[in-house]
Amino acid sequence: MGYSRELIEDLEKKARKLRRDVIISIGVGVAGHVGGSNSAADIVTALYFYKMRHDPKNPHMEDRDRFLLSKGHVAILQYAALAEAGYFPVEDLKKTKEIGSYLQGHPDVIKTPGIEAGTGSLGQGLSIGLGMALGLTADEIDRKVYVLLGDGELAEGQVWEAAMAAGAYKAENLVAIVDKNNLQAQGKVVERMDSNPLIPKWESFGWRVIECDGHNMEAILTALDAADEKTGKPTVIIANTVKGKGVSFAENVVGYHNGALTEETYQQALEELS
Amino acid sequence: MSYTNQRVAYGSTLVELGRENPDIVVLDADLGGSTMGKMFEQAYPKRHYEMGIAEANMTSVAAGLAQTGKIPFTNSFAVFAGGRAYDQIRQTIAIGKLNVKICGSSAGLSDFGDGATHQSVEDMAIMRAIPNMTVLCPADANETVEAVKAMVEMDGPCYIRLNRNDYPNVTEEGRKFQIGEPTLMREGKDIVVFATGYMVNLAMQAAEELKDEMSVKVVNVSTIKPMNTEAILRLAKDCKAVVTAEEHSIVGGLGSAISEVLRKECKPIEYVGLNDTFGCSAHNYKDVLAYHGLTKEHMVETIREMNR
Repeated sequence: MGYSRELIEDLEKKARKLRRDVIISIGVGVAGHVGGSNSAADIVTALYFYKMRHDPKNPHMEDRDRFLLSKGHVAILQYAALAEAGYFPVEDLKKTKEIGSYLQGHPDVIKTPGIEAGTGSLGQGLSIGLGMALGLTADEIDRKVYVLLGDGELAEGQVWEAAMAAGAYKAENLVAIVDKNNLQAQGKVVERMDSNPLIPKWESFGWRVIECDGHNMEAILTALDAADEKTGKPTVIIANTVKGKGVSFAENVVGYHNGALTEETYQQALEELS
Repeated sequence: MSYTNQRVAYGSTLVELGRENPDIVVLDADLGGSTMGKMFEQAYPKRHYEMGIAEANMTSVAAGLAQTGKIPFTNSFAVFAGGRAYDQIRQTIAIGKLNVKICGSSAGLSDFGDGATHQSVEDMAIMRAIPNMTVLCPADANETVEAVKAMVEMDGPCYIRLNRNDYPNVTEEGRKFQIGEPTLMREGKDIVVFATGYMVNLAMQAAEELKDEMSVKVVNVSTIKPMNTEAILRLAKDCKAVVTAEEHSIVGGLGSAISEVLRKECKPIEYVGLNDTFGCSAHNYKDVLAYHGLTKEHMVETIREMNR
């Protein structure tokens, strides 16, 4: 499928903006999830600014696609996307994690417009997404539910309970996206709990598997559009990504899973993302 | 229609309510024949979701269904519905105040044969500790019918605890269930017994047996949370001592909840319940209750002691 150069460049620019906003909202001297935000930034950009039907003026519009951040610890990335889309002012991103703020450390369905459900206790988002997918199907609303998971998160058993149930229910309106950045909080995924090989695992649970480069915007759009094809199966997109992508010193560095920036590295990150 | 079993009352009422309310959906984890979720499945197969033996997934799926406007009821034995799925309930349903109803079936010692693994002695304590959660423990089948109706009418997370076994009703059929309202079952002025679930039945028997010795007030506390502070204080006011009775550990359940309310009253309180212990297998319900001191006789003794 061909996408206009203008569209791709516009989305790439937006993704850079989201990464920048993530850095700004983390600030200096306080730990924040730079790594996992930056690995998922291109995917989240493609969802909010290309793929999903949603309305910042009417977040509860019945006929909307839904996005769940199962890896809820990168809430700052979702906040950056929601702000950029117009759900709330971009300036408010700096208030993330402040006492009394509507932007909590993990997504909060009551406090924050655009959040579909509370997530962050890992392994639960896919089940919640399946419930939404079943609800939409029951109501004959032809919209999708997208759930973003981390690859470290796949060690949680509930992910596979949900995978089995979605396969059994043939929930074709459910799309899981695995942000496969190969690192987790304490080290390499293969050294903590190796979840590979992913493709045969998901296939054996009754899913259609699409693999893509999670930093190539055209490849992401192609994968998301391919997921629209009705096959009677849920779809998982395995997006190969780099943790910390876009900030050179954070790329593939475990310490930036939830790391603090110094004045110097903060400025460098903003420069690299300008 | 009158029932003598809480599970049957529950399943029948869901079927009845489901007729008028298309948003009600029911989820089971391969125990529908026991939770009576199967009654709903037979009546409305498209609105019943069999989730297999996977309570954690079932509970989070219910959260997702609630977010599309459904009123999901998740069913399992109380040990699993509220225990195994605790984190799912806490993280998404309770923090988000989602409209999910959780049914802890075969609660307390009522699954007498299966033993400690299947007997929930701490579910009320766990559920009660979660902010935003409403916790109900109806006394009998009659009250279950009305409690289920109240669950559908309220918006937000709610846990209901049900007994597995048949026993006679002590509450009035068709009496509207007001969440947070304890019911005065028997007037009395010496000792007040706050009881919940099947223990209301035993408390009534104990009060009757003691009627020539003293005047025992019996209160059915079928809403464990939110606890109605004002009503409990009023009902305890003129009695010199308090007895609580529950088919649950004395740690964190009704006794604890009543003590919290009465903490400034300087009134003696004694608990009838499981003394920080798990249950065990028995050939029948009566035996397992007796082994743990949940009998009319033990209640009579306890009330007498408090009246000395």
